[in-house]
Amino acid sequence: MSAMRATQIRRLPGFGLTLGFTLFYVTLMIVIPIAALLLKASSISMEELVETFKTPRVQASLRLTFGASLLAATINTFFGFIAAWSLVRYRFVGRRLIDSLIDLPFAMPTAVSGIALMAIYAPTGIVGKHFLAWGIKTAISPLGVLIALIFIGFPFAVRTMQPAIEELELEAEQASASLGASRFQTFLRVTLPSLIPAALTGFTLALARALGEYGSVIFIAGNLPMRTEIASLLIVSRLDENDIVGACAIAVVMLASTFVLLLTIQGIQWWIERKTGRN
Amino acid sequence: MSVEVQHVNKTFGSYKAIQDVSLKVHSGELVALLGPSGSGKTTLLRMIAGLEVPDQPVNQDEGRILFFDQDVATRSVAERQVGFVFQHYALFKHMSVFENIAFGLRVRPRNLRLSNPQIDQRVKELLQLIQLEGFGNRFPLQLSGGQRQRVALARALAIEPKVLLLDEPFGALDAKVRQKLREWLRRLHEQVHTTTILVTHDQEEALEVADRVVVMNHAKIEQIGTPEEVFHNPASEFVIDFLGSVNVFSGRHFEPSPEAKTDGAKVYVRPHELQISKESLGSASISAQIQRIQRAGTSAKVFVHTNNEQNVRVDVPIHEFQFMDLEVHQQVFITPLQSHVFSPEYTI
Repeated sequence: MSAMRATQIRRLPGFGLTLGFTLFYVTLMIVIPIAALLLKASSISMEELVETFKTPRVQASLRLTFGASLLAATINTFFGFIAAWSLVRYRFVGRRLIDSLIDLPFAMPTAVSGIALMAIYAPTGIVGKHFLAWGIKTAISPLGVLIALIFIGFPFAVRTMQPAIEELELEAEQASASLGASRFQTFLRVTLPSLIPAALTGFTLALARALGEYGSVIFIAGNLPMRTEIASLLIVSRLDENDIVGACAIAVVMLASTFVLLLTIQGIQWWIERKTGRN
Repeated sequence: MSVEVQHVNKTFGSYKAIQDVSLKVHSGELVALLGPSGSGKTTLLRMIAGLEVPDQPVNQDEGRILFFDQDVATRSVAERQVGFVFQHYALFKHMSVFENIAFGLRVRPRNLRLSNPQIDQRVKELLQLIQLEGFGNRFPLQLSGGQRQRVALARALAIEPKVLLLDEPFGALDAKVRQKLREWLRRLHEQVHTTTILVTHDQEEALEVADRVVVMNHAKIEQIGTPEEVFHNPASEFVIDFLGSVNVFSGRHFEPSPEAKTDGAKVYVRPHELQISKESLGSASISAQIQRIQRAGTSAKVFVHTNNEQNVRVDVPIHEFQFMDLEVHQQVFITPLQSHVFSPEYTI
């Protein structure tokens, strides 16, 4: 009895209520839809699933989706870091404007992004035609898919690294300098490593967004089977063809691989935090 | 390695943080910069480190900072070879304790760098020095505040600095740990003998640890001297006021001795410099009533209210207090045994 009282006192009030709400919400909004998908997919035999996965068209679309998403997230983490760094560390004219522009891909309907990107990168677009002169196709090509995924993922990378850069201890950098480190050594050995957790989070969010992206990609991609067709588009076209089993099969593969990928990144983050005593 | 500061100024915008300050710290000395917040002590320390740049001097031989008679004003913090310890430790959180201490050795240019076994050896010695053997694999967030500050000190000592600069090193720690680390720092200084400058706002810390104390106020130095000098011969009202509690009397009501001209002046008497008695001890005695007695401590603190409406604190050693049989509301006399008089012409 007294032990129970003790644990009750130690908790903040409202623990039961908030945990209950969280569980209810997660179940309703995430677990049930996914369970429905799995239930639907369970009517598919393992053979059918493997068969669907083996078709070259599905494989090509999965390769493109995961390849382009990983590459886009990497590029976004790199340039997102530079953007976040300059926004936090420097004061310049138009800083506020740039700061708010970064959020635009968050807010724009993806179809609008798609049309906007198409207008610029199409073979006749202002950017696309110059690249075409060099023999580079910025639309109706895997590069187009990449461009769209970079566009929509960028704010995630910037917005997660910005607070981490703001919270960097200036004194740690001064300590590094006083110990004889050059500016470059300080940046490489002190500043960058302390940003790894935030960069990893930014990478994960940009990646997750890219994997699920549909609206902004379908215009610029051109959706050529085997070449520029992303997995979510393939799912939609299977549904259009009334091939619900096929759609579910691709969806399950997508779901499983995304889950494994995110879990792995979480694991790395957990390992870093545990190692350095952050939790 | 001696450190000399010559006529240095520093302004932040329109705010004067340091005004024409000169100071010489001798080789192997431990000097404390003591003052309230905003007195400029940290700015002075950061200028010595090279983390802050002094104002451009008007005359060429002014505004100089010398390390062993060499002008270092143009050298960066990395080139000055100073060990700097920050109030909030500024440890590298993503590195183990071992790597934190080894940092200064690892970033040296290749031709000056020690071999890995040598670095290992050096770090082990330092871990021993700070009494944290076996903590090498921990990370800063897994240590207590006192342990973190010791790691920060070892990290600074690893580069064998010419000067050790400590910015309120124990300011973020609780009183008990602070006291222990203070004594430890003094012992450490006797072992390594690095020229050390310590910034603190804690007068007890300064008086206890330092060879000499520099009392600062309003961007200027008020007094430089040994702890005994600044405590027993304070050069200004500020110094006596800052170094512990003190009772202030107006000279008009109070004549501690016939030879001192006290008219218009202020007379400062520390609580332990007052004698309390039931009968008047002569013309210097003031009649007063006891308001409150606080017995905890090595001396009893007796708070009295004088006839001319002043609140005065008298410290009576506890072994004397036991035989005095004093009570609240009792009428007593207080007599100064010693006093410090500051009149306008006396003020420096």
